[in-house]
Amino acid sequence: MTGEEFVPLSLTPMLIGMFAAVACALPGNFLVLRRQALIGDAISHVVLPGIVVAFLVTGAVSAWPMMIGAAGASVVAVALIEAIRRLGKIEPGAAMGVTFTAMFAAGVLLLEQSDTSTVHLDVEHALYGNLESLIWLDADGWGSLVDPVALAGLPEELIRITLTLIVVCAFVWLFWRPLKLSTFDEGFAQTLGMRTGVLGLALVIVAAIAAVAAFDAVGSIIVIAMFICPPAAARLMTNRLEVQIAWSVVFALVSAIAGYVIAGFGPMWIGADNAVSAAGMIATVSGILLAITAVFGPCRTRSGAPVE
Amino acid sequence: MTLELAANQGSAPVTDTVDQSPLAVRGMTVSYGQKPVVFSVDMTIVQGSMTAIIGPNGAGKSTLLKAALGIVKPLAGQSMVYGAPLRGQRQKIAYVPQRASVDWDFPTRVIDVVLMGLYRELGLLRRIKARHIEKARACLERVGMSDFADRQIGQLSGGQQQRVFLARALAQGAELYLLDEPFAGVDAATEKAIIDVLKGLKAEGKTVVAVHHDLATVTEYFDRVFMINTRKIAEGSVAEAYTRENLDMTYGGRLATGQIDQLDLIAS
Amino acid sequence: MLFDALALQLGYNATLVTIGATFLGIASGVTGTFLFLRKRALVSDAISHATLPGVGLAFIVMVMLGGDGRNLPGLLFGSAVSATLGLLIVNWLTRRTRLAEDAAIGAVLSVFFGFGIVLLTVIQSMSSGRQAGLEGFLLGSTAGMLWSDAVVIAVGGAATLLAVLTFRRPMALVAFDPEFAAASGLKVGQIDLIIMGLAMAVTVVGLKIVGLILIVAMLIIPPVTARFWTDRTDYVAAIAGLVGGISGYIGAAISASAPSFPTGPIIVLVSFTIFAVSLVLAPNRGILAALIRHVRFQRRVHMRQGLLALAQGQPIYERLTLNLLRRAGLARADGVATETGRARAAKALRDEKRWEVVRSDRQHEGAAALYDGLREIETVLTVDQISEIDRRIGGPKEAVAP
Repeated sequence: MTGEEFVPLSLTPMLIGMFAAVACALPGNFLVLRRQALIGDAISHVVLPGIVVAFLVTGAVSAWPMMIGAAGASVVAVALIEAIRRLGKIEPGAAMGVTFTAMFAAGVLLLEQSDTSTVHLDVEHALYGNLESLIWLDADGWGSLVDPVALAGLPEELIRITLTLIVVCAFVWLFWRPLKLSTFDEGFAQTLGMRTGVLGLALVIVAAIAAVAAFDAVGSIIVIAMFICPPAAARLMTNRLEVQIAWSVVFALVSAIAGYVIAGFGPMWIGADNAVSAAGMIATVSGILLAITAVFGPCRTRSGAPVE
Repeated sequence: MTLELAANQGSAPVTDTVDQSPLAVRGMTVSYGQKPVVFSVDMTIVQGSMTAIIGPNGAGKSTLLKAALGIVKPLAGQSMVYGAPLRGQRQKIAYVPQRASVDWDFPTRVIDVVLMGLYRELGLLRRIKARHIEKARACLERVGMSDFADRQIGQLSGGQQQRVFLARALAQGAELYLLDEPFAGVDAATEKAIIDVLKGLKAEGKTVVAVHHDLATVTEYFDRVFMINTRKIAEGSVAEAYTRENLDMTYGGRLATGQIDQLDLIAS
Repeated sequence: MLFDALALQLGYNATLVTIGATFLGIASGVTGTFLFLRKRALVSDAISHATLPGVGLAFIVMVMLGGDGRNLPGLLFGSAVSATLGLLIVNWLTRRTRLAEDAAIGAVLSVFFGFGIVLLTVIQSMSSGRQAGLEGFLLGSTAGMLWSDAVVIAVGGAATLLAVLTFRRPMALVAFDPEFAAASGLKVGQIDLIIMGLAMAVTVVGLKIVGLILIVAMLIIPPVTARFWTDRTDYVAAIAGLVGGISGYIGAAISASAPSFPTGPIIVLVSFTIFAVSLVLAPNRGILAALIRHVRFQRRVHMRQGLLALAQGQPIYERLTLNLLRRAGLARADGVATETGRARAAKALRDEKRWEVVRSDRQHEGAAALYDGLREIETVLTVDQISEIDRRIGGPKEAVAP
């Protein structure tokens, strides 16, 4: 494929997919280690009511209000889960299940009741996005990467996910030690004066920001898959957190690239003429990577202490 | 024995003992739900001592320690560290949590865990330098674990895990060491290694407080006891306070007479 | 219109769907109770999302065999097969690798769902796939349902309910006390499998009505709601069945009367409403009750500590303590005890002393176990026992032990 085809049609969707995957996988490492993997699941469901409410308030499909709405919905969901868990003494899994299903149901109902026929806002879009459509029309080859006029026409989803990735990386880099310590030994972290409750909430909010930005571009399936599959596969490859993070980034990138390529060109290789969902295929590839590490990963089983 | 009712409210009058005490707890009440686990407890740890906190299961030993450290939120009461509120004094405290309180499957190495003891010093972003690693290795050496520095923590035995936790506390370079059941489920060699380290700390003038289970070793290991069963029962030197009468009251007669007789009690 | 629907007057299809939804609601509430008590509520989320590729593959296979891809029993069979596979993978990942169950659930649900979406886009590109309407399985759709499909749902709901009722005893036993169940000869593993199987049956039958994203709500919300009202396993199951049944019935009826109300979300929101009311208002476990209890408890603690401080002439520093004593007329604003205050304080101190004796005396071991610092001694000992203790303590004014 030449640059004239690749740059406008495939470069930006691939970059968006890659950035979204990494932005979700990074906080996902901590969520998986904290046994909060399903918080990612909950967040990706409550994004829908968030954007619908934002749409009803502003009356337009514009990105920033929707991202704020979605982030707000995530915070509401986390608060509600905590309230149900603590006040009602309900185990976290069930508290999560109650919260995200109810909020998702409310989102669907609001969507059905409001007049969204004129705008591109529907449940299917929310679930699997439309990565393939995020093309860069102003580009005509590799030269466009240094052409200010063409660069001005980059899809705004790319800019948003890039900013989000920077925020996520900065958070993980800056709070690396507190994150690592409070995930491993919360009580000890508190005796050092760390505000572990605030840190835990910050982690969820960063995960929510990543989820919202990724969701905007690629839908919520990728979000859940990328929160969990690359970190889980990475955990089976190593016993060191630093190395695990690196592996998770590699798996996220491989899933994004391979998923996009297979979805776009795979059907043609076997003689079909229509591409399949890129978001779905990226999730599928991440699952295949997890399956491979679950069978062959060097650190796949629990090490466990020797019997005394 | 005088009946001492711990009913101080809020900040106790600043006396000399509180001022100098490494850890002074006043009017501490903690409850999980409707049942107080710790009720209106005062505790004054003596500088340079080794204190055992003893009491039956569920009597609030660990909870008292956690509330004193701010890990658990008390219903009432407060703790002072060297005469000042906990907040500004954290660098003077090293804490060894119960071994079972963490997930040993966490992906990290022994040396990394010990380095966590230096996180206060390192802050968010300061680089770990050779001297930090050296210090961590020296702490591992002190607990006899230097050969395990690069081992994954999940591959350690219970006793080895406990020693790694102790090494992390040593790395904190604190004045006051608080240990939550350091001898629970460890082998004899580890118990010996830990007590040697703790006695070494005492010799350096540090203060050690440990939640302890084994009544048979109290007199051998510690010089002071704090006996608790929701309420404070007794506090003082082992010679004065570790009596049959106090044990009876602490354990509510649940301790068989034979068991008590076997204990090497100073006074009865 | 709504009344017609509630009275099952909106035609055969709507009536069948409403009946089916009610049966399904009861069955899911009861099944969900056992999942919830086994702390595996969210496994159902993996099961439900894992149905999607099965639906897609079943459609493709049926079309390739020359049949109608939309045949509901065929699609449901496909969904059951892939849900089973998903469930097995969750179990395998949890047992054979170091991954925790939550990560295994999340991985299975997202990957199966993602692959299902890939299959849906494949189907859309097939000549016969345009009108497949398989998206209806995501959120459920009962509008324009075929008579035969409605029958499948009603019969499926009834059959699931029957199966749940048949196995309710062993399931309750395993959920309540697995060790005792094993000791009395039940195969816990098998019963667990039956619970999972029923959860899957509920999911599969509910796919068309509620949709695979929300079906998990029908398994989780009713038992969580029921838990607020009772501590007994069998009552939890019964109340959860009731909540589920009411939600299914009202939800399906509302949706039948107003087509713009999609069935699944309405059913979920009805049950969530019942949940929210229970969360706030339920006696004992509700938030309101807990809040009142906590405030009362905190006051008792402060009152007690305050009285003991008064008795020993110690100053009172905490404002809450002082305020409580003042309001009860036991102390003045400057912290000095009033006449009644002194009497109550002396009584409190005396009780402390009595407890001291009780707790060091093996004879009173049972009473001593009830000691928590707040309990009135009169509630555990008889008048005679107390006066016996008083004799041992000595005169009422003595505050030092003999």
